[in-house]
Formats: sequence, C-alpha cells, structure tokens
Amino acid sequence: MIIQRCKGSKDLCPEEMTGFRLVEDTFRDSCLKWGYGEVRTPTLEYLHLFTSTGTLTPAMLGKVYSFLDWDGWSGERVVLRPDGTIPVARLYIDNLAGKGLAKLFYVTNVFIFEPTGKESREKWQCGAELIGGDPRLADIELMLLALEVLRKLGIKDINLRISHAGVIRAILKKARLSPEEEVRIFDRILDGDAEALAGLGAKRPELEQILPLLLNLKGKSSGFLKNMKALLNGSFPEMGTALDDFIGIAASLEELGISYQIDVTSGRGLEYYTGIMFQLYSGEERVGGGGRYDALIPLMGGADTTASGFALYQERLMSLLSTEVCARPAGRRVLVRTSPDALRRGLDVAGKLREAGYVAEFYHSRTNPKEISWLVDVGEDGLVLTDIARQKNHEFQSAGEILAFLRESGRK
Amino acid sequence: MNVKMALPKGHLLGGTVGLLERAAWGLTDYYEGMRVYRLSSGRFPHLFAKVFHEEDIPVQVAIGNYDLGITSLDWIEELLTKYPDSALVKVKDLGYGDGALYAATSREVGITSLGDLSQRHDTVRIASEYPNLAEHLAASLRLRRFRIYPLWGAPEAYPPEHAELVLLSGKSEEEILQSGLLPLGKIIEGRAVLIANRNSWETGDMGEMIASICDHLAPDAGEKEMKPASPPVFAAGRSWGKVPDHVVRLALPDGHQQVHVRRILDAAGVKISDYPGEAWHRRPVSSLEGVMIKVIRPQDMLVQVANGNFDLAITGRDWLFDHLYQFPGSPVKELLDLKYGRVRLVAVVHNDLPVADIDGLRQDYRGRQQKIRVASEYVNIADRYARDNRLGMYRIIPTWGATEAFLPEDADLLIENTETGKTIARNNLKIIDTLFESTACLIGNTGEITNPVKREKIDTIVAMLVRAMEAISRDDH
Repeated sequence: MIIQRCKGSKDLCPEEMTGFRLVEDTFRDSCLKWGYGEVRTPTLEYLHLFTSTGTLTPAMLGKVYSFLDWDGWSGERVVLRPDGTIPVARLYIDNLAGKGLAKLFYVTNVFIFEPTGKESREKWQCGAELIGGDPRLADIELMLLALEVLRKLGIKDINLRISHAGVIRAILKKARLSPEEEVRIFDRILDGDAEALAGLGAKRPELEQILPLLLNLKGKSSGFLKNMKALLNGSFPEMGTALDDFIGIAASLEELGISYQIDVTSGRGLEYYTGIMFQLYSGEERVGGGGRYDALIPLMGGADTTASGFALYQERLMSLLSTEVCARPAGRRVLVRTSPDALRRGLDVAGKLREAGYVAEFYHSRTNPKEISWLVDVGEDGLVLTDIARQKNHEFQSAGEILAFLRESGRK
Repeated sequence: MNVKMALPKGHLLGGTVGLLERAAWGLTDYYEGMRVYRLSSGRFPHLFAKVFHEEDIPVQVAIGNYDLGITSLDWIEELLTKYPDSALVKVKDLGYGDGALYAATSREVGITSLGDLSQRHDTVRIASEYPNLAEHLAASLRLRRFRIYPLWGAPEAYPPEHAELVLLSGKSEEEILQSGLLPLGKIIEGRAVLIANRNSWETGDMGEMIASICDHLAPDAGEKEMKPASPPVFAAGRSWGKVPDHVVRLALPDGHQQVHVRRILDAAGVKISDYPGEAWHRRPVSSLEGVMIKVIRPQDMLVQVANGNFDLAITGRDWLFDHLYQFPGSPVKELLDLKYGRVRLVAVVHNDLPVADIDGLRQDYRGRQQKIRVASEYVNIADRYARDNRLGMYRIIPTWGATEAFLPEDADLLIENTETGKTIARNNLKIIDTLFESTACLIGNTGEITNPVKREKIDTIVAMLVRAMEAISRDDH
C-alpha cells in the first residue's frame, strides 16, 4: 500500500522552499529594519481564545481543528492555531502588557479546514502587529511595510483596497437590528458576502438612498469619502467619527502618493476589526490583509490598548514569484568529484570553496550536472577544473589557484 | 444491484417496522424483541439489512458500509455538525419518531434563555450525549468560556450542580419540565430520516426501494400527533444547593450495577431510598451523614471525578482504563476493588478468519493491503491495543454496544467485554487475546483533599466498604 499524504496537506520540495524562504527572508528583513521584533506562539491554544464575540466568526469556528488534549478531562478543548493575530494578542497580554509599545512580527502556520482538500488546510502567514502605537501612524506604517515587502518580492500589479469596520458597524446600527442580527450580518460581510449590506436598504427607508452610493461606487480618493460625509452629516451623525478616521487615513495615503481603492464591501476579514480594514491584491489575487482591532485586547482581559496589524499569505506570494527570483545562481555552484583515495584532499578543496562563498557539493554517480557550471576533479596529483557548459578543462595544483581562476572568470 | 441497509432499533423501531410492513418488504425477523441482527427481504432478494443502534447508523452509511439507512435526525446532525463533508445524503423525512433534542437548564442556574449564557463571564459547563452539537451550540452562542462533558447517558442528572446546560432528547417540553429541568429551546426534531451514502446515491439504482418507502409513509406523515402528557415522573430530585466543603459527593451507577451496589450498601448497614429507583430519580437519600449521592452512568464518572465534581464513584475498571488511556495525567485512581461484575476485555475476530492470535492477524492483514477496522465501545483501549500491537493502518470504529454484530461485514476486530464468552461463540466469533480482567471498583481523586472532615469521612467510607466486602465474601462462602 502506498503511504499517502494527508488530504488537504502539502509537501514543499527544495524549489518551492527556495520561494518560501525568499518570502520569509524578505519579510523578516523588512520588519527588522522597521524596528519590529520576531515572536513565535505555540501551535496549540485553548479553543475559548477564539470563540467569544469579536474574535472569529462562527463560520470560521466551524472549520477549526479542535480536540481534547491528553489532559483534557476538564472538557476544555484545544485548537490548532486558526489565526495569527489572536495568539499574538494573547502573547502581548501574557508577556508584554505594561511595557508600552510593542512592534511584533511572526511567520507562522494557521490551520483551517477546507472541504475539498484541494487547497492546503495548513496555511503560512507572515504577519506584523503594532500594539499601543499612535493609531493613524500605525495604520499607515503597517500598510507601507506590507507594500514594501510586496515590492521587494517583485510582485506585479499590486493594488490596495480599503474599507472601514467602524463605517460598516454604523450602517448596521442605523438599521436598528437586534444585537445578534447585527453580529450575524457583520460576520456575513467579513466572510465575503457583499450582498449582506445591500439587503438592509429594503428594511430601512433612511438607508435606501445612502446604501447604493456607499456600496456600489468604488472611490479612489478621500474626496469620495468627503462627499459622502457632506451628504450624510445631517441624517447620519453617528457615522461621523468612523468616517473622519477613514478620511484621515485615505488623505494620508494620498499625500504619500499611494493609490488605493475604497470599497466598503471589500471588508473581508475578521470579526475583531474595529477601524480601517485593508486588502492587498496582485491583480485579482488577494495576497494579504489587515486592519485595526482596538477592542480585541480588552476583550481578552487586557488593558485598553490600540492595535492593528496585517498578514501576507505566503503560499499565494510564492506562486507569484518570478522564476528568476527563485532560481539558484548556477555560477556559484561547484561539483567536487573525488576518488576514495583522495577524499581528504577533496574535503579540503570543498571547504575552501565554501569559505569563499561557493556552494560546493560532492559528485555522486547520479548527480545531474545540468544546473552547475563547474566541476573539480580531485586526484592525488592535482586538480582539474571543468567548465561544464563549454567542456573546457583547466589544471591546477591548489584550491587557491582554482579560487583565483573562478574570481577572474566571474569578472569576465 | 446489491443494496445494504442499516435499520434502527430503539425508539424508531416500531415506526420503521410499520413502514416496511406497509411497503411489504417481507423483513420477517425485524420486530420488537428480535433475536437476529441480519435480515433478508422477501420482496428484495438483493437487499441485505442489518440492525444497529441509531447512533451508529450515520457513521456506517457515511463510511460506505451501508448504502441506505433509517435513523433519527439528531444523530445525523451530530455527525454532520462536526464533519459537514461526510458522504451522507438526507433523502427523506419519514414523518414518524417523536420528540426532539432540547437545550435545558435547571431553574437554579438563573438563566431563562440561551442568550443569557452569552453574557456570562464564568465557565459554562455543557453536558450531553451529543458533544459535537454541544460544541456547535457553544460556538454559535459565542460563549466566552465553556467546557463540554460528553455523556453516555442520564443528562438530566447534571444541572445545576455539575452543568449549567444540557442537550437532551425528550418527547416534549412537558417531559423536560417534568424531569425537573427548564427547557430553553428545541435544537433538532427527533424525526426518522431516510439517509443514503453519497456515492451509492450518485451511482447505484435504489429507486424501487426508495419509491416503495415514499409510497407507504403514514398518511399523517408530517403532522405529528400530540401525545397526551406522560404520567408525572419523579423529578430528578431536589438539587443539592450549595454543598459545604466537608460534604463527600458520591456517584453511584445506574443500570444493572444497581443491585450489586445495593447489596454492598446493605452489607455495610447503609440505608438508601430509591436505589435501585425510578430512571428519573437521580439523587437518592441515604443514612450516610455528610454524603450527597447522585446516580449517573458508570462510563461518565471518570471525567466527573477527574474534574472534582465528585469525590468518590463506583464504576468499572474497564472504563477507568479507557479514561486513563485517553488522559494519562488524570488524577483519577482506584481505591477499592468491589469484586462484582467480573468481565474479561478480549480481542475478537470472526471464526472464518484463519488466525489464532493478534500476531497472526497482523501478518494476515500485512499481505492484504487493507486497513484493519477495529470496532469497540472502548475507543481508547482499542486505540492503545492497536498501537501496542503495531496493527499499522487501522481505523477505530466507535460503537454504542452490541458490537458483536459488526463482524465480519463492518469490522475486522472487536475489543469487547465478556463474562462467559457465550455471546461471542453464539455469533460465530472467537477470542484471540485477553487484554485484562475488569471488576467494579471504587474510584477517587488523587488530588489533595484539604478539608480534614471530608478526608476522614472518605477514609471512613472506604473502610466501611472494605468491611462490607469481607462480610459478603463470608456469606458467599
């Protein structure tokens, strides 16, 4: 019987891992340079961390991997981390509360069931969270950081879509729904159901006029929001604060020359968002998203703390990397072929090559030299360097001579 | 095509027998009190039908052992809630089967609606035979903190002391009220539903059988007759109220163990009212001072003692081991062997299988390239046995009793208890291994008991039971 991979899981072979590490390294590098510190949270968390209102939507909760631990006789379930932000918020409360500002980043896997098994149920995210920062600056900083990573990775056709949880909530308040229904519709929007808001117009005449303007038009500047504000000021004062915040962020993006699209219904995300929500796309492919979640830390028992963050979806980014970006430079790879008698000398040559920054690998009978430029044959009498592509041989006595030759030919 | 169908026993038996009689299926051996599990049909020669507990049927159909099944909606939803992509199709509501699954509490918990629970900041304990539906309910109520106690039975015994909420099946709200609980909402109707395996439904022709079922539904199908209120039953008993620290909380088993326990209590000179008692009476009163007693399922006691809900309980060593295999760090321990209810836990295969022991079974399956299906009520004992014996690719099938009927079609190996081995032999099965011997035992919690009065009381009860056992032993000889 052939042993199969678990349904909905994925292997990453060396070529894919090159892309995986490239995304991760680029992200880590940017975060470190922006002053963020790396954190890692456990794979297992208590299920209840994710169940109360303001954490995960019930639709998402229906797809988490929860089970009883070996000491689960208390009936308390644990879960394979289904989200990156909530565990970091818990980490902050447990370890960093009271220490002021926390700029944190992580590369982590999250586990969400996907029924067909065609997509991976284990997904990797590169996430950053800014806790306790100045809200407006923090929101802008995070968007810029995310965009920088995408640019460094050479992702094409990047576009930013923004929405605002406060604005959506204000509309829902206006619709005077029961608290349960309000949460339910908000969840539907977050789960990607763009129709959920539109249906409210039929119920409330005062919303009927506003909703098409707000939902159907995709604004491209803060002017759009200012127009909306002018229209709503009289009839919809409760929208004021959220809309002001939205306008402020949009205006800052404009000043920085960052183009974006305002799409209130693009609010795909998580129930914990309270302010700006942003989505990052490459063409029509969503590659990341984030937003402000000021209510989450107090909800989890921490002090009142501002917070926002984002996550980039590692697998999606890997699939968008160009082959050139991922390719291993052949010129830096050298094969070392040695007879058993000359093993010590072979080791010495390979070591020197590695010290000089080359990838030196031993030749095995099944080695495919296709992607490799150079071959060193180590004999007892001397060393023969072959330029594999040109089939030309050069004889040398020491590793030092080979290195000098390679340096020289690299310059040509 | 050959069609395999899973039919229910239990509360849907009468309605299902009636329906299939009207449809003239000629299942002569299917009736209340039947002696066989495997049925053949006079009308459909290609039909093989087998009788199961209704809890088992959704799993059997979903994994493809059976093409069709009739069972109750609550058990279907219990599977689909956790595994929505199970290969199971709900074909037709058959219109019979009464009652529903209710969420209920005790008046003393202080809530009047399910919404009230969402506001609570403390841990909400939910006890139920339907743990998946309970988890789903907890998630949809957005409970901040909750625990789920999966039960084998007697959910009505738990509120208010040991659970804030129970999910339990009942004939009507009236019946829930009469059991001393407050119904908060109906979760699922307990109706009979015809189900099919998705693959069989998509590829096989079962049209004739399905048509004959649909053509013979009772005329009032869909309109449920209102049953007259059941005779008043003894409410679960007065709740304990606030239990002082020094009081010992003792769990006694329901079911057939009651006569044995009563004999030991009699020998110890303990007077106890209503034990064995009415099914609904779960809080008997005894002459033991400073001891509160509740009657629950022996299988459910382990988790209750581990959680400190009870200090002492009488259960079987088989269930103690099953618990400890699942939770190796559990604080539950055996305090005293009560020596009755002696059974062996054995590994059982069908007589046709040419193997004499577990090594032989492993060798036999290694050549066959197929998974060994291990059926058992004792999921954790079975799992550990399969692991310890390196069965390789095995699959555990949880059952709700009558496991011997699973061989050979629906399982390859059983982990079963047996007193004499007669049932096993009668079903053309053989024992290939004995895991251990089990008797009833008194269990307690290894955790420190800080209250000296309670500590002493527990020691006194254990000593008293030891003396009672000695007296019984003298009598028996």
